[in-house]
Amino acid sequence: MTENSASLSDDRIRYLEELVRQGQIAAAVFTQFSQRDVDRIVKAMVLAGLDQAQYLARLAIEETGIGVLEDKALKNMVATEFVYNYVRDKPSVGVIHEFPERGIVEVAEPIGLIFSLLPITNPTATVLFKCIMAIKTRNAVIFGPHPKAWHACQEAIRIMYETAVKHGAPEAVFACLESPTIPDNNYLMRHKEVKLIDATGGPGAVKAAYSSGKPALGVGPGNTPVYLEKTAHLDMAVVDIITSKTFDNGTICASEQTVVIDDEIYDLALRKFAELGAHICSAKETEMLSRAVIDPDTGFLRPMAIGQKATDIARACGLRVKPDTKLLVAPIQGVGREHPLSVEKLCPVLAVYRAKSVDEALRVCVDVNHAGGLGHTAVVFSRQDEIIRRFSEAINAGRIIANSPGSIGALGGVYNDMVPTFSFGCGTGGGNSTMDNVNLYHYLNIKRVARRTPAHMWFRIPNQIYFNFNAVENLRDFPSRSTLIVTNPLLEQMGHVDKVRQSIPPEVRVRVLAIPDAEPEAQVVMLGVEALGLHDADQIVALGGGSVIDAAKIMKLKFLSPEADLDELAAPFLDIRKRAVKFPAPERQVRLIAISTTSGTGSEVTPFAVLLDKQRGRKVTLADYSLSPDVAIVDPQFVMSMPRNLTADTGIDCLTHALEAGVSIHASAYTDSNAMQAIRLAFQYLPIAYENPHDEEARSMMHNAACIAALAFSNASVGVNHALAHAFGARFHVGHGRANALMLPHVVAYNAAVPTKFMPSPNQRGYSAHKKYALMADLLGLSGATTWEKVQSLVTAIEQLLDRLEIPRSIREMGISQEEFERAMPDLAKVAFDDPSWRSNPRMPLVSELVELFWAAWRGRGPATRAEGTEQAAKECVRI
Amino acid sequence: MTSHAEWIAIDPERAADSLQEAVEKVNSAEGEVTLDFSAVRRIDAPAARAVEQLAVAESRPVKLVLHAVNGDIYKVLKLLQLTARFTFGS
Repeated sequence: MTENSASLSDDRIRYLEELVRQGQIAAAVFTQFSQRDVDRIVKAMVLAGLDQAQYLARLAIEETGIGVLEDKALKNMVATEFVYNYVRDKPSVGVIHEFPERGIVEVAEPIGLIFSLLPITNPTATVLFKCIMAIKTRNAVIFGPHPKAWHACQEAIRIMYETAVKHGAPEAVFACLESPTIPDNNYLMRHKEVKLIDATGGPGAVKAAYSSGKPALGVGPGNTPVYLEKTAHLDMAVVDIITSKTFDNGTICASEQTVVIDDEIYDLALRKFAELGAHICSAKETEMLSRAVIDPDTGFLRPMAIGQKATDIARACGLRVKPDTKLLVAPIQGVGREHPLSVEKLCPVLAVYRAKSVDEALRVCVDVNHAGGLGHTAVVFSRQDEIIRRFSEAINAGRIIANSPGSIGALGGVYNDMVPTFSFGCGTGGGNSTMDNVNLYHYLNIKRVARRTPAHMWFRIPNQIYFNFNAVENLRDFPSRSTLIVTNPLLEQMGHVDKVRQSIPPEVRVRVLAIPDAEPEAQVVMLGVEALGLHDADQIVALGGGSVIDAAKIMKLKFLSPEADLDELAAPFLDIRKRAVKFPAPERQVRLIAISTTSGTGSEVTPFAVLLDKQRGRKVTLADYSLSPDVAIVDPQFVMSMPRNLTADTGIDCLTHALEAGVSIHASAYTDSNAMQAIRLAFQYLPIAYENPHDEEARSMMHNAACIAALAFSNASVGVNHALAHAFGARFHVGHGRANALMLPHVVAYNAAVPTKFMPSPNQRGYSAHKKYALMADLLGLSGATTWEKVQSLVTAIEQLLDRLEIPRSIREMGISQEEFERAMPDLAKVAFDDPSWRSNPRMPLVSELVELFWAAWRGRGPATRAEGTEQAAKECVRI
Repeated sequence: MTSHAEWIAIDPERAADSLQEAVEKVNSAEGEVTLDFSAVRRIDAPAARAVEQLAVAESRPVKLVLHAVNGDIYKVLKLLQLTARFTFGS
């Protein structure tokens, strides 16, 4: 015997177990039914319920002595006809919703066996409602009626059950507990085969349900505040309140409890209540009423008053009222225990309060709401949307009924389009798991089939790109009143600025701002912003390498959006479309034309800009397509005099961009075409440009290659090579291109091997880095019969290119000792792992792998990462 | 008492009766008994109870094979925790 069954006899336990087993079988068999099957049964049940609505209402009245026959019959009809109107066309079997644009399909799964408690106040209507919900969703139910409404419930269940089985429902799909007791309820609530408790009942039953450890739907107590605001349609409001509060003698827990009336209309409102059959209590009568209907010990309504007529209650209190009195209206001066009638009164007794202001009215409504009605229902009558909005924000209620009766409004489907129900979820305020009008979806487990939906891709580049010798002359096609040329002093000295000026139409006012040739700092950016303002510039021409162009991008950003917080805009992100911080969208425009004087960074087309924060000793990277220049000019005349080492380093930077974009998880056919072309151009022309700096064709092609590679990585991003290079370059003050070169062969081999950890990449179908490298090898005409051999050939070709460019092939060769490198390693690994670049790498690097790659670069040529046990695995991978 | 393999086709029109008859046969059988569900699309509550009866006789010296049980019926048996008692053949 368990604690659960301690107070039950063996016979009773056998009885309950048999009910559960039969219900369990019914629920299991029910899972085979089709939508058509359940819809046919539901329709028959609805018709049977409608046919017996009055009969069942009479049974309920006779047994409980609560409510009004006509209203109970109406409730039975709402519970069938209105509920059916809501559920009839709603799928509840198999696929119930499809969202093709999201790739989501929702599929219904029945819950199984439900244990359902039934209330004394709405016994038969609740049965009809719950039976229809259960059949519609293919669930079996054991009902536990309130003992004082058992016969009425049992008869309603019988009618529903016989109709359902006659039309094909499984045997034992409904059962009604005979002689139900609290121990029965507790036993069933804790039974492992009962999958859900639906507790429509008093606070005790709801608490027991939630305490059982089972998923439960519960309703909370109500205490509906009503704000009758001075602009309301008063005649309508008074009739609605009387209709609602007298409906079934006030037994619906959503019915009005305290009406807070604006001072300006208070007296008039009470006169109208009186004219329509309400008795307005004097202060003395209010006290008599309070004493009679409210239990002073509990502070709640005495059970004898529930659902009784106003005249009967008046008689019991010793009040003299007219024989046709519908409602007792009792003025109160506050809310709380000292004002007993401010609680829920499930009878035709209504408290009213005179409010001197909107604020006071809202405060009193909130007090009523918190005096036992949290999460339930509230009502507001007003013609001002603003009042309704303020009320809805102040009040915690699942149903805020505007300009209509509370009880019938909350039931849904009559005065509004809310879901018809006989079970009001009250949210956490009422201790419930839902705040909804309980409906068929609460009787279902909803499964979601989520199809793979590749993220939307893009290929965003500047509007116009001009290339080849003298492309700078295109400047004359861009109208401008005032142009600021941002450059550096060296380029001024070399006469490059003059060439630019000559291409700008003579009527344009031109100013030159020469900034240091280094990563820009905030004060440099602000100098540019000042100059732009001073000269009222509508065009910026950035002439220089990456630093100058980056500075110009940030100048434009700060000039057009002075409020832009660069620190905030530099916040890290995983997906540029979902980033937490949005770049400003300024209304006015300033054209940015970028003319690159190096062949590597591709800053003339990229959406990136780096700012040096010297105070905090760090770089701030900004990334947003709004930073991309509007026009790029790729004119090789500006790179003819680039020094050889700069040619090599920037050229390798370009190659790294292309190789990383080519295998990025964001790579697409659009970026691939650019990446592949840049790789081909770099391999062909970089050595020539390095060895013969005056070769115009080689210079031109490398200049194009840098721009084309940038088009690829602007959209596909880079990878782990950049993360390593950023960390190493910053720590040992090594230029970006050279740092990239030291890592490159090792990273290619690393990416070609079987990943320890795959990178989540919805746009990729399988791991393909090795295949992409093999494709690059094919493009370059490299040897190899298998994918792996081709990858090896590509690595060898990169090593040979680096040799030809006379780039040191190991960190060791650069004079960094093993001890020094070892000391730096924890920081290097941390900084590299924090770098956002690797987040588009085809394989996710472990920190230990970053360390290994750093050491491979330190050792230099040789086995690199193909060793360390990954070579064989890589061969196996690439042979697939 | 039979000791050889027996094959019983379940009649879809009267699955519960058919299964009830099978219960009786199984009670007097040894070896292997196969219940062929290939014609049965769905089972009702009495049929489910009959399968339950078959399942509870654990000590019988007979191997019970349910042949060609479709996914829907298998789910019913799974929900009723009956699948462990049988061997399923396709």
